[in-house]
Amino acid sequence: MAVTADDLRAQVADFLAAHDPQGTERQEFLNARFDAGLAWVHYPAGLGGQGLPRSLQSVVDRAFEAAGAPTNHPERNGIGLGMAAPTILAHGSAEQKDRWLRPLWTGEEVWCQLFSEPGAGSDLAGLSTRAVRDGDEWIVNGQKVWTSSAHMARRALLVARTDPDQPKHQGLTYFALDMRQPGVEVRPLRQITGEAEFNEVFLTDARVADADRIGGVGEGWQVSMATLMNERVSIGGGAMPREGGMIASAARTWREHPELRTPGLHDSLLRLWADAEVARLAGIRLRQQLAAGQPGPDGSAAKLVFARLNQEISEFEVELAGTDGLLYDDWTLRRPEGANFFGRNPGFRFLRAKGNSIEGGTSEILRNIIAERVLGLPKEARADTGPWKDLPR
Amino acid sequence: MSETTANEKLGPGASGKGRQAAPVDLLYGETETELRSAVRGLLEDRAGWRDVLARTETGHTYDDKLWHTLAAEVGCAGLLIPESLGGAGASFREVAVVAEELGRFVAPVPFLGSAVLATTALWASGDTTLLPDLASGAVTAALAIPFAAGTRHRPVPTVRLDVPRPGDERGEYRLTGTISGVADALPADVLLVPADSVPYALYAVRVSEPGVGKRPLVSLDMTRQLCEVRLDQARGTQVAVGQAAEQAVAAALLAGAGILASEQLGLAERCLDETVAYVKERHQFARPIGGFQAIKHRLADLWVAVTQARAAARYAAGWLAAGFGPETTLAVALAKATCSDTALKAAQEMIQLHGGIGFTWEHPAHLYLKRAKADSLALGTADAHRASLDVLADLPAPQ
Repeated sequence: MAVTADDLRAQVADFLAAHDPQGTERQEFLNARFDAGLAWVHYPAGLGGQGLPRSLQSVVDRAFEAAGAPTNHPERNGIGLGMAAPTILAHGSAEQKDRWLRPLWTGEEVWCQLFSEPGAGSDLAGLSTRAVRDGDEWIVNGQKVWTSSAHMARRALLVARTDPDQPKHQGLTYFALDMRQPGVEVRPLRQITGEAEFNEVFLTDARVADADRIGGVGEGWQVSMATLMNERVSIGGGAMPREGGMIASAARTWREHPELRTPGLHDSLLRLWADAEVARLAGIRLRQQLAAGQPGPDGSAAKLVFARLNQEISEFEVELAGTDGLLYDDWTLRRPEGANFFGRNPGFRFLRAKGNSIEGGTSEILRNIIAERVLGLPKEARADTGPWKDLPR
Repeated sequence: MSETTANEKLGPGASGKGRQAAPVDLLYGETETELRSAVRGLLEDRAGWRDVLARTETGHTYDDKLWHTLAAEVGCAGLLIPESLGGAGASFREVAVVAEELGRFVAPVPFLGSAVLATTALWASGDTTLLPDLASGAVTAALAIPFAAGTRHRPVPTVRLDVPRPGDERGEYRLTGTISGVADALPADVLLVPADSVPYALYAVRVSEPGVGKRPLVSLDMTRQLCEVRLDQARGTQVAVGQAAEQAVAAALLAGAGILASEQLGLAERCLDETVAYVKERHQFARPIGGFQAIKHRLADLWVAVTQARAAARYAAGWLAAGFGPETTLAVALAKATCSDTALKAAQEMIQLHGGIGFTWEHPAHLYLKRAKADSLALGTADAHRASLDVLADLPAPQ
């Protein structure tokens, strides 16, 4: 018999009766919630879930929230919950799932992602961090970059080169690296905004057990693709109301400050407002397609449009601000927990938005993907088909 | 005789559902998909681009036989007209799908003028006398307003009420004046003419009457050739007067602009499809040119623009189908602004990415470019529709 929303509410009520949300120690409470299959209901039984539709998760979350129960602070472990967990679920061994998913979900272990390198951005498969087998372990040397949460993370998703003699996509292997070891050095990477959302991670004879390898030796690329698919799903924006995005503060300033209005800025604002609203409608249409079981390729348009609009709107906002546009709120090196456009001034949004067309797949790479996979245009002529060690770098 | 049940759906007095729009279905339903396939099948058969091009160089640029099939046999003329009046009782959602297909083929038929503009004006006026003949395809009508008229302010009429003649019956009026740049009037049997008098009123004039002249104009888009309508004491009957006439014309212009957005969407999709197919075939430097990033990225951007245009066009069609309130006005403004730019961009990319062949008369690209540019000027430019957001979205202009 199918489990309904009412059944789940009853389960949460029973659970709360046995585990006082105010009196139980936080970690103990979250562990018990995971063991009861009430963590993420769409995960399998025994791994924090019950194999139910994802749509039922909100029922459980709301019931726990209403009881004032401790949360797992999902905002502190976005990479773990959004990317590591689905990757482990899809490609991890049974033992790995048992070992990692519970502390991941409870937030006891924050995860980060060691993918990009100074020499491997869009061309991720060209990465050069090396992992060399040493008995039951691998020894890792290299440098990773753009790693959010590395300074808080217990574990990392790591892709490293294990066979330089193979063509580049075939010589990669995927690991879960313990970040708390002498061979791992994390340095903040300061951005054009002044803050440091990200880190550089230097790996010097870092060690990872072969038991912590995810997928087979040489299968790192396939596993990485699973991770990145989840990333693109999470970037690009969810459902929001009209004027729910970056356009909100621009429109508010326009309405509140008639003295700033000029004909040229008016024309720009009308264009941006219309484009932002149409992009929102396209997002609604995309969700309607998914709900109707007609998933189309339109999702790959969303991130391109989102990046362009964020940049144009924030640029407009600084221009509209006039004298205030010459000011900035804070250049000190902050360490925010995630990217957040709001609560800062227009100058911050203007600068932070420059990253939107770079992070999570550059706009140029997205155009290649649309051209090749949606429109079926021929692939680029490749110069990188031989053994990785012979490729020019 | 406006006792039909669908009145609230189409009449301009019907109210929208407020600013924060209820979710509109932006997908295509089963009926719409079936209708699309019927229309596309007919057009593939009868509106190949060589025929369309050849017709533009004849003295009779509209395809009357194709229009008759489409209007009467496929039933496209009566989509908006209730079944009780002989129509299909469908909605603007289906009308929009037909417009998409006609845009794909730049088909020379007066669907927009007769089945959308004139039909909406008549329906909104409350005078349904002509609707059964429009629904059956026996009569084709046009709203005698310059095609470049925007939706925000009705154009100042250039026709006046003339003195009656001896022998004229009650309810008959005499009209004199000239209206230039009217679309879809050349094949029309009946013209709906707004005339300035006290008060403003809308009249129906049969073109067979003495004193009615139509002078074809050499138009940028000869697949929808404009004409100048000349009335010299032409006899007409009153369709609506005063506020009812103003509302009828306003509703027609709004519906026309919203449906034209779907035509632009169909045109843009066709330009994209043709160009993608061409760059896969065309070889230079021993490679298909579609493999060069300079070309791939332009087409990717165009594809993205089409996804946005589709959402906007479906939103407008959905709100037109729900009534004529403020959200409908906003939805039409967004759609016409977005789709005007996208269609033009698509046609321009089609020409550029076809290279030399795309610049010749013997290739259909120019038909699409001319239609795209003409459509972008018609029923309110992109700029005019965006400008209307000052009130619709509360973004006031500088003082």
